[in-house]
Amino acid sequence: VCACVRESVCERERESVCECVREGVLFLSQSPEAACLSAEDISPSSNGPRDDDPDDLFAEATEEVSLDSPERQPILSDGPSPAITPVTPVMISPRVDDEDEEENRDTFDIQISVSDPEKVGDGMNAYMVYKVTTKTSLSIFSRDEVCVKRRFSDFLGLYSKLASKYMHMGYIVPPAPEKSIVGMTKVKVGKEDLSSVEFVEKRRSALERYLLRTVKHPALLKDPDVLQFLESSELPRAVSTQALSGAGILRMVNKAADAVNKMTIKMNESDAWFEEKQQQFENLDVQLRKLHASVESLVCHRKELSVNTASFAKSAAMLGNSEDHTALSRALSQLAEVEEKIDQLHQDQSYADFYLISELLGDYVRLITAVKGVFDQRMKAWAKWQDAQVMLQRKREAEAKLQYANKPDKLQQATDEIREWEGKVQQGERDFEQISKNIRREVGRFEKDRVKDFRVVIIKYLESLVHTQQQLIKYWEAFLPEAKAIA
Amino acid sequence: NSDKLILENTNPRAVNVDLQTDATLQVDISDALSERDKVKFTVHTKSTLPNFKQNEFSVVRQHEEFIWLHDSFVENEEYAGYIIPPAPPKPDFDASREKLQKLGEGEGSMTKEEFTKMKQELEAEYLAIFKKTVAMHEVFLCRVAAHPVLRKDLNFHVFLEYNQDLSVRGKNKKEKLEDFFKNVVKSADGVLVAGVKDVDDFFEHEKTFLLEYHNRVKDSSAKSDRMIRSHKSAADDINRIASTLYTLGTQDSTDLCKFFLKVSELFEKTRKIEARVAADEDLKLADLLKYYLRESQAAKDLLYRRGRALVDYENANKALDKARAKNKDVLQAETTQQVCCQKFEKISESAKQELIDFKTRRVAAFRKNLVELAELELKHAKGNLQLLQSCLGVLKGDT
Repeated sequence: VCACVRESVCERERESVCECVREGVLFLSQSPEAACLSAEDISPSSNGPRDDDPDDLFAEATEEVSLDSPERQPILSDGPSPAITPVTPVMISPRVDDEDEEENRDTFDIQISVSDPEKVGDGMNAYMVYKVTTKTSLSIFSRDEVCVKRRFSDFLGLYSKLASKYMHMGYIVPPAPEKSIVGMTKVKVGKEDLSSVEFVEKRRSALERYLLRTVKHPALLKDPDVLQFLESSELPRAVSTQALSGAGILRMVNKAADAVNKMTIKMNESDAWFEEKQQQFENLDVQLRKLHASVESLVCHRKELSVNTASFAKSAAMLGNSEDHTALSRALSQLAEVEEKIDQLHQDQSYADFYLISELLGDYVRLITAVKGVFDQRMKAWAKWQDAQVMLQRKREAEAKLQYANKPDKLQQATDEIREWEGKVQQGERDFEQISKNIRREVGRFEKDRVKDFRVVIIKYLESLVHTQQQLIKYWEAFLPEAKAIA
Repeated sequence: NSDKLILENTNPRAVNVDLQTDATLQVDISDALSERDKVKFTVHTKSTLPNFKQNEFSVVRQHEEFIWLHDSFVENEEYAGYIIPPAPPKPDFDASREKLQKLGEGEGSMTKEEFTKMKQELEAEYLAIFKKTVAMHEVFLCRVAAHPVLRKDLNFHVFLEYNQDLSVRGKNKKEKLEDFFKNVVKSADGVLVAGVKDVDDFFEHEKTFLLEYHNRVKDSSAKSDRMIRSHKSAADDINRIASTLYTLGTQDSTDLCKFFLKVSELFEKTRKIEARVAADEDLKLADLLKYYLRESQAAKDLLYRRGRALVDYENANKALDKARAKNKDVLQAETTQQVCCQKFEKISESAKQELIDFKTRRVAAFRKNLVELAELELKHAKGNLQLLQSCLGVLKGDT
């Protein structure tokens, strides 16, 4: 059944995209608002729920409230958490013009590379420094090409800042790569073995992908922290990153969401889109994790195959040496050579398995956690709005009581409080609708990127498999006459 | 549960050895039945020899009876000068059975499709092992039937013709222990015998060659097994990947659904090919090496027997000299010496021919199997390539 909004109407098989989507009924990418990324968009035309939203909960709340409302708190975990750099809510207005987002993407002209890992210091205080090179023609950057040196905790620091600024608004902030105590310790201790080299390469590649994903996001690209990260030669050391990691932040955020879930008032989902999307992401999460596990197993077995093939090749060479029939001896040596080439082939293929597929899947498993995070943020926003309504109701009841009690001062205070909470209710509703809108747009963008990423990577991967088979054919074709020559 | 395997009645499916087929005596295994803990082979004989009551007949034999036949050859002094065809290994379905059992236990944790798929995989594996054990038992019989002297052996004829149970019980603990000690003594002797340099260049060369060759084949056999196991594991992973991609394809709400389904289909097919590659490598390479591990051991055993006969001969010579010196029991010593001399020369003569034949057979078998291996690898790689390229064409064209 088609995934479009009109699920009850559309009965088509999912072999092709259904007409509903083609006609643009699918809410996401067609509406002009989607292009506008301002975080604080008060214009009435773009705000507000969809036209056919039947459950307008606030039909009664029509009182005009001044919009000089008190500062909005970033909706993150209750209680201060030491790991998040305290940020005064910055009202960012990345002004992307109201052109179609598509065009912006086509002129997306920025290349980032992470390279030249260098070890700095000794022993347990040592760390790796990576060169980050940005080449761009975009005007927000001060130069065409800039190189800076960054260490891993700098990347984590960047992520934590971006997460605290944007996640509560429903933006899907790409998570930074995972910390690895084991991997890093080996590097620190100075083991120059293959596994440390592989670890550093894996990390370098992951950091590069992280930055590319981050700048692909139109809002994040213009964020001053991102610009500072890419351009400035000196970066203030990220504090308290010991506990920080992409997963760490998301865990915190999700813990907050769990708290919301345990609330007595279950969110009355008036918009089926959100419920459906959440379910889809849940399913996608399960399958991607499963796929990731299978691919990791394949990488492991292919590496094993490579090692065992090399071992067999050596053994076959020895067998050839001891064989006293000359032609057979030569053929066995040839077989050994073929197997040696094949073992290299298996090794190369296992790298492709890993760097193309396995890492992509790992990235997406983390990204989906971020997506689930923003859905939870929306629930939090909804909860806050509900709380405000409850509070307002209480204040009204209190005022009503005071009317009979005839205490003029207290009455005035009560009336003031009512006004205050009416404002909060309105703000809560606006925030909720804003985050809902943002999420729709973000999910649309995310899905588009996902389709592109997977397509590109899978095609590249299949091409690597083609290459392997072509090489195998070459090797065995060269061997066959040798085998036939045994007389 | 029992699986009946109907095999076609083709001429020796002797995969590992190149044997001359002879109309006067043809033996094959026409049918086999796998029961809980034993396999029953139907041994089918076609013969124009007068020794048999009929021209064509079949009997049912189990593994222990093959071993009995093999051991009777080894213990027969008359055959000391021949390479005794190596006994077939005991049918071993334990690993496969264990996997099937584990699958049954894990049935709850996987989807119905996955379960059915894995069950089919394991059943195919079981069948492959089954076919292999049949082939190995058959090769043993064919080798005996092709040998000019062994084919006339009375026990062999009884084995082929007697249609009752041979009442050959497996060795009990005491007998197994006796065997163990016999082997220990033999290897100690083997070292002794190997240390003496042979006057005859041919045998000296063969000794050096076989000792080294046997060890190398052992190593290669083990390493090829490991390599093939990894290959199978990788194919299994691709199987799981294909399943998950299929699920993703049915669930995805974007254009990727088509993509995933196509790639899933591709991997299903390439996975089958990869599994075939592993199976063919197993058949043409691993089995070949395993067989020649056993044959080279049998050849070593022949050299050992000749070595023993030589030692006996030399001792008899010494005893004769002593007897002549003391002038006591000279005639007896002379007779003993004559017997030892004859025995040694008889063994040497037939051993030489056997070892030459061994080399011829070995070279032919390796040639056949290496050529077939290369041809199969090529066939599968081309098949894989064609599938990959056609899928890529569709996927790229779809954008």
